[in-house]
Amino acid sequence: MMIVDLGPHALPVLGAYGVSAVLIGALIAVTLIAARRARAALTAAEGDADER
Amino acid sequence: MSLWRFANPAAFMALTDRVLPALSVLTALCLAVGLAWGFFGTPHDYQQGATVKIIYLHVPAALMAINGWIMMLVASLIWVIRRHHVSALAARAAAPVGATLTLVAMVTGAFWGQPTWGTWWVWDPRLTSFFILLIFYLGYIALWEAVEDPEKAADLTAALCLIGSVFALLSRYAVLFWNQGLHQGFSLSLDPETNVADVFYYPLLVCMAGFALLFVTLVLIRTRTEILRRRLRALDLRAAHLREGAA
Repeated sequence: MMIVDLGPHALPVLGAYGVSAVLIGALIAVTLIAARRARAALTAAEGDADER
Repeated sequence: MSLWRFANPAAFMALTDRVLPALSVLTALCLAVGLAWGFFGTPHDYQQGATVKIIYLHVPAALMAINGWIMMLVASLIWVIRRHHVSALAARAAAPVGATLTLVAMVTGAFWGQPTWGTWWVWDPRLTSFFILLIFYLGYIALWEAVEDPEKAADLTAALCLIGSVFALLSRYAVLFWNQGLHQGFSLSLDPETNVADVFYYPLLVCMAGFALLFVTLVLIRTRTEILRRRLRALDLRAAHLREGAA
């Protein structure tokens, strides 16, 4: 049993929410991964620079 | 205390380091409450049925798609006039967020249009101007990637941003300029007769706040990433110079 009865429009409503969740989720994931990679790369580069 | 102080990358990094944790929590809370309220706590519309629940995604995404470009325009103008690198990087950081939200607005609009208008897509003035806005977003991102010199890239993308602003404004006001399109007028109005009913309006306001916070949070994180990449590039260039000097 569904918590909310969406009637004949269940597919478009769930489709809209599903696709939006995927797009926004991907954007957040890409943003966080890029931030982490940039931090790690900078830390490594600063370590190399200190050694020099 | 001047606002321009935060144009300094170190001051910007220090401020955002303090602000981002609270901002992220507030964003998640606002989105969770707004979307749950809209999805579970509001009735079906007497004409649209359950498809009215799509407005909690469509309207805030469309709003931030347009406002995102306007933010990029302001940041680009600050770059052009005052040459603050952080503002150019903030404009660059906002583009993928704005492009994604434009896509979300178009996709959710298509899911709403199919049962309501009987078609996924129509070359209606507002839909068309949104499509052009998406093309501008993608072009803007591509231009940043294509030009190697960061200052030249910032100048060129600022010019593109200025041109694209025409379409961002058209996207917002297309429903006023042309009335032959399928897309209805503004969902929100100060006139109670044309504004959406209160039962839909309040959760929609929370969702709009949530999407605005999401935009700000992601742009701040991405701007920080761009600043880190700039530092990394500077270190790489210095290391290359040292290697050349030693050789």
